[in-house]
Amino acid sequence: MTEVQLFSTCLAEEFFPEVNDATATVLERLRLKVTPIRGAFCCGQVAFNEGMREEAVDLARRFLNSVEVGVPIVVPSGSCTSMLKIFYGDLLDGDPALAAKALAIRPWVFELSQFIVNVLKVKYLGARYERAVAYHPSCHLMRELGVRSEPMTLLSAVAGIKICELRDREECCGFGGMFSVKFPHISASMLDDKMARIRESGAEVVVANDCGCLMQIGGGLSRAGDKIEVRHLAEVLAAR
Amino acid sequence: MSEFPKADFFESSTAAVADHELRRKLESASARHLDHFAQVKAEFPPYDDERDAAHRIKTDAIAHLDELLIDLTSKLEERGCKVFFAEDAAQARDYIVALAQAKGAKNVVKGKSMTTEEIDLNDALAKAGIDAVETDLGEYIVQLRGERPSHIITPAIHLSKEDIGQLFTDKFGIEYTAEPEKLTAEARSRLRAIFLAADFGVTGVNFAIAETGTLILVENEGNGRLSSTMPETFVAVMGIEKVIPRLEDLSHFLEILARTATGQKLTTYTSFITGPRREGDLDGPAEMHVVILDNGRSAMLADPVLREALNCIRCGACLNVCPIYRRIGGHAYRSVYPGPIGSIVSPNLFGSAAGHLPFASTLCGACKDICPVKIDIPRILLHLRWKESTGKHPLKWPRAIERARRGARRFAKTARYPRTIRTLGKFAAMVLKPFAHNGYLRRMPGPFRNWTKYRDFPRPRPHKRPES
Repeated sequence: MTEVQLFSTCLAEEFFPEVNDATATVLERLRLKVTPIRGAFCCGQVAFNEGMREEAVDLARRFLNSVEVGVPIVVPSGSCTSMLKIFYGDLLDGDPALAAKALAIRPWVFELSQFIVNVLKVKYLGARYERAVAYHPSCHLMRELGVRSEPMTLLSAVAGIKICELRDREECCGFGGMFSVKFPHISASMLDDKMARIRESGAEVVVANDCGCLMQIGGGLSRAGDKIEVRHLAEVLAAR
Repeated sequence: MSEFPKADFFESSTAAVADHELRRKLESASARHLDHFAQVKAEFPPYDDERDAAHRIKTDAIAHLDELLIDLTSKLEERGCKVFFAEDAAQARDYIVALAQAKGAKNVVKGKSMTTEEIDLNDALAKAGIDAVETDLGEYIVQLRGERPSHIITPAIHLSKEDIGQLFTDKFGIEYTAEPEKLTAEARSRLRAIFLAADFGVTGVNFAIAETGTLILVENEGNGRLSSTMPETFVAVMGIEKVIPRLEDLSHFLEILARTATGQKLTTYTSFITGPRREGDLDGPAEMHVVILDNGRSAMLADPVLREALNCIRCGACLNVCPIYRRIGGHAYRSVYPGPIGSIVSPNLFGSAAGHLPFASTLCGACKDICPVKIDIPRILLHLRWKESTGKHPLKWPRAIERARRGARRFAKTARYPRTIRTLGKFAAMVLKPFAHNGYLRRMPGPFRNWTKYRDFPRPRPHKRPES
């Protein structure tokens, strides 16, 4: 394997450009040629989750036409990976040609930590990060993709890192895409608890694999005036 | 279709998240359930195999529901039961009320049953001048308060022992105590007298065995057993989805139901009811009726995605793990069935008035992980979101949310043109830059206003890496 396609995801492209840089850096250090998928901006999950299927199908078509089958597609997001790998099946069942393409790429789509640990069989990336870190596992990553231990495997191999225990870490941070603006009061209540757990963990940095969680947790910490930072896993793995 | 309360979910959930006392009660009760569950699950290695078996049997039963219901009906009739198929809640209510009137029933006792909540049976009986007393302790408590259950399994989960102590003082004039043993003893002695005078009993059904015509009741207090054996007339009310083929299938469900529901290995009482009293029997009702309720279930059956929700055995575990249920409690859902499974069932029972519920989820999937019959709840919620957004009568949303949805639609349409949206992204970044502090915006307009009500919004910073 010498080449991968990198899907930036809309949130990372617009709000967290360093996540894409870091993801590319990590992959390049593993001697892979990284080709960004420029022909698509969003996987369509926002529309799909709102029940707007037509719009979602258009975006799925766009995505599927922009990628090559047979070359791994690496995504720095558990949520977008679930959309591409799992929910495209439901979304596209009315369009046989698109459904066939979705099925064909399915085995080639990987979330970043899943790809590094399970496909490349690599744990140690030569990263150094001298901070106290709490890891927040994102919901789709855990429960749709079944990726539970991989991020921690990679974090544990980072030199200088101190990993803090995050209580109730598997509980959702309350982001949920449009949920966060449609039911902001419930979302904020979930966020409050997540932030309380983060504070008691003693971490200086919260790490997650999804920009959605980073937006939610980072936005909450900023509003509360907390000094705790949010970082994507890729940024920690790229640090030297 | 049953009536759905007018008050809306947005209002009720806003009030509920602000209620810290409610939160504390829900958190401690659901944590206790989940702790017990983790323990009994760890002690029972075959749990996952039993879960697979239950999923398989139930899926198969739902696929052959028509045949199984025919078998069940003929077995029930063979055993001397009268069977009535109710198309909707009103038919079920009318049948039971007319029967109670015909029997001259004065004291109706009810075992714990969500299906009778679904059909509003107590109100209908009250309107006919017949008193019905809930005899499950939790149900008894919420009935005394003039409330509905706020959880499928633990109806009074929203109340503390102090609340209950106060209720008993107010209602019965007894000295205040918050000791659970004393409160339970008080309720028990009152309920005992009611059971002894009961002439008409109603319960739900956990499983109905087609092969033998046996109805299974699973409970902890004996109220189901007493309600089904002491009165002269007994009515069991069940949804069409409760039927399973064989008696031997039952063990798989009994192995998982109590474990996920309450963290018990088995409930204290498991009653097998096969027809009314026969000659020589010492107890049991003289007459037994079985009301088999559709009320929107066959419409769910007709939908290949929704159908899976009929596998539900009403264990309530998805409520206990749901981060949203645990913050707003059952009453905020404004539906008999709250929580994740309720958000699937309610729109089918109550129509578009409950149509917002499938959207009130982050799709975190904790429910799907714990579900003993492996219902893919998030997937069904997504399916319902699509159904609610299309068709002749798409859902109406509050104005702020309608605006956010329009924003999402506009984004999705624009995102079809990556170059355009990237340019717009850069433009937005430029415009917003002067307003940002430490990388965040404190206030945002339009669709993002609801976001910045509670947290800061990250400043847009489109890609800077040179294209490779």
